[in-house]
Amino acid sequence: MMNYDNILNEKIKSIPPSGIRKFFDLVATMDDAISLGVGEPDFDTPWSIREAGIYSLEKGKTFYTPNSGLPDLRREICNYTKRKYNVEYNPNEEVLVTVGGSEAIDLMIRCLVEEGDEVLIPEPSFVCYKPCATLARGVAVPIETKEENDFKLMPEQLREKITDKTKLLILPFPNNPTGAVMNKKELEAIAEVLKDTDIMVLSDEIYSELTYTEEGHTCFSAIDGMRERTVVVNGFSKAFAMTGWRLGYATGPSPIIKAMTKLHQYAIMSAPTTSQFAAIEAMKNCDRDVSEMVREYNNRRRYILDGFHSMGLSCFEPMGAFYVFPCIKSLGMTSEEFCEKLLEEEKVAVVPGNAFGESGEGFIRCSYAYSIESITEALNRIERFVKRHK
Amino acid sequence: MNDCVDILKILEKDGPMISRDKIAHMVGKSEEEVNAIIAGLEKENIIVGYKTMINWDVTDTELVNALIELRITPQRGEGYDKFAERIYKYPQVKSLFLMSGAYDLCVILEGSSMKEVALFVAQKLAPMESVISTATHFVLKKYKEDGLVFYKDEKDTRQVITL
Repeated sequence: MMNYDNILNEKIKSIPPSGIRKFFDLVATMDDAISLGVGEPDFDTPWSIREAGIYSLEKGKTFYTPNSGLPDLRREICNYTKRKYNVEYNPNEEVLVTVGGSEAIDLMIRCLVEEGDEVLIPEPSFVCYKPCATLARGVAVPIETKEENDFKLMPEQLREKITDKTKLLILPFPNNPTGAVMNKKELEAIAEVLKDTDIMVLSDEIYSELTYTEEGHTCFSAIDGMRERTVVVNGFSKAFAMTGWRLGYATGPSPIIKAMTKLHQYAIMSAPTTSQFAAIEAMKNCDRDVSEMVREYNNRRRYILDGFHSMGLSCFEPMGAFYVFPCIKSLGMTSEEFCEKLLEEEKVAVVPGNAFGESGEGFIRCSYAYSIESITEALNRIERFVKRHK
Repeated sequence: MNDCVDILKILEKDGPMISRDKIAHMVGKSEEEVNAIIAGLEKENIIVGYKTMINWDVTDTELVNALIELRITPQRGEGYDKFAERIYKYPQVKSLFLMSGAYDLCVILEGSSMKEVALFVAQKLAPMESVISTATHFVLKKYKEDGLVFYKDEKDTRQVITL
């Protein structure tokens, strides 16, 4: 009889599964719950993108692509990055097409981090950075972003956490779960702290298109002096409603991208071919589709935010992604208690804030990637719940 | 103007049934401001009217739609507009467009039977002085009109929770 516990890698055993087991198991039993729990768009992938994928299949484009991605796609990614964020990359050396942004994050962390290296992770944030750092034998160092700072990373917080062992800073903005964004000036202040160090930056900008400020999104590598130390991770899932296509990309300095490509080549070979053909259409011809989706998200953002304010819950105004992150501390429950009770009593599924790091305790993440009708119904139920428990 | 566009887009998508209070929250304005903006848009005829899209095919009511291609000779000093007016005043004419290409006016007609529509073309449109020719095409099935798909399955198949 095999004893798998002895066989499995200790690091793998030490990291928890993503999310909160007990709560997620409970959700799985509730078929009829209405949900504000998803981290993906409700829109269908724009038809012209789907059609481009179908056409590539009809033409028999079903083979591996070059490891780093179709040359046409890499070129279009560079055009897009230049057009949208005014950063230039060389499509032959500075771009890697990956299986979702998540793969790019894993690759970069594994390419940089050695035993004992510290990885600075602003939290609350997406769940993959910490386990990736741990698996690379690094040490994840959380930096708690605070509601009073609009969940932004403050330069003095960063300065405090830097040690001789700091290898990498994760910049997860626009942020999942808080919806926080960092504008150009705020990013410049972060750059000021980094400029005399060797610290590299992984700027996870997967939600870049979903930014609702007038200034719009600023790419971290567009900040003076930061291009040489930054790998920008982006992808198609959020902006183009393409989560299931599993396609992302990394842009950055050639030596880093080359190392990431090496790892990618052994682990993955190449990202899905059909998705890559579809993504060329996304990069070239879908600005209008994206801006219509952004307009719709923005309407819902204001709507759901007003909803939480009017039921008396404090909720900072998120300017990015498609989440609000209301504070539920006034009800005297933990995030998990709140979410479990809400699910049981009102059949509404939202995500406990502490799923995104300890500093998310006292908050819940609500997605507004839903129709206004669904959001209205969910808000009505949450309001009833809040009134009953206040 | 951007606020107006936001409101127009919402009304275009959801129609007048969406409450003004809801619109106000969506665009970040008070209900009074939204009412004033919409009243202004109606007055300027930017909002021309409000309609309900109905799939008559699944009711017992018999309705026939046809597209008529009309080639005409525009009248001196009047152009197409005057002639167009003579056509669109008929209640049977649901839409009328001036076109580029092989014909001049595209007339969308509605009637209770094919015969009624054909007779309307033969008796009202074809004999008009300026009309050179007509070509009638009957609509067999509507799949999508004004951005709305008539037969669809909109079930949300996403996972309940994803991080």
